[in-house]
Amino acid sequence: MGMAVNKVGIISCSGEEIPEGTISRIAALLVLEKLRYDETVTICLPLFLAGSEEERVFARLFPTITVDGCEKRCAEIGTKKYSGKPAATIVVTDILKKYPNLNLKSRDELSAEELELAEKVAEEIAKKVDEVLEQKRGPKRRES
Amino acid sequence: MSKQKVFIIPCSGIGKSLGTVGRKATYKVVGELRPDQARTTCLALLTIGDEETLKMIRENPCVSIDGCPSQCSKKNIEVSKGKLVRSIMVTDVLRNHRGLKPEGIIKLNAEGEKLASLLADEVAKEVDKIEGDDK
Repeated sequence: MGMAVNKVGIISCSGEEIPEGTISRIAALLVLEKLRYDETVTICLPLFLAGSEEERVFARLFPTITVDGCEKRCAEIGTKKYSGKPAATIVVTDILKKYPNLNLKSRDELSAEELELAEKVAEEIAKKVDEVLEQKRGPKRRES
Repeated sequence: MSKQKVFIIPCSGIGKSLGTVGRKATYKVVGELRPDQARTTCLALLTIGDEETLKMIRENPCVSIDGCPSQCSKKNIEVSKGKLVRSIMVTDVLRNHRGLKPEGIIKLNAEGEKLASLLADEVAKEVDKIEGDDK
């Protein structure tokens, strides 16, 4: 089955229990709705288990970037297990290390500071989207 | 003896307003309305079969909240052999409040927030019933 090269699949953890999960969800949505609206698609991670083969084929149709809130890496593990190896992975707690003074508190309404972090995570996802698309499109350009 | 807690588990609902409604309602129940009786966990932990989480949802009553007919929360709890005692669809609550037009995913509009509050009230009532059933 051929992989679509014009779109990248963004798969976020659900992360209900921790603020980092909400950051990963909001960051993924910022990419999908604003930063790379035309280049990205998504699927709910739990649909890999709840759904059918139609859903599980997702990572074979699109190169994927997983976005996880914590070291449990549910999005990365779940995508690998049910659908296919992600093209790139992001973990919010890794990015947080760059901001040691930032103390995440809310898993519901993000503060201005937390929203700023979500925007930074979104920018990192967007960079990865560009890299993945460049890798996928690159060989085609050279052929022509 | 440690008291059982009711697990409220919303779907991830990444691309849908009703997914955000379910998530917000969950936070209202576990954070404000029934903080001592209810808690939540990450649905994705069920998807990957995290042992610690599986143990908790098998030992405690669970309520699923789903935003769309795929019913990811309900199905993940069932496949994980969790103790699913109630299954709630956001669309059913919306049907009872037809005037509301929830919109937005990152940020819900006022009607989405209203629906989340109404849903939270229903979930809180279910928590009370479940606690009553257990006594």
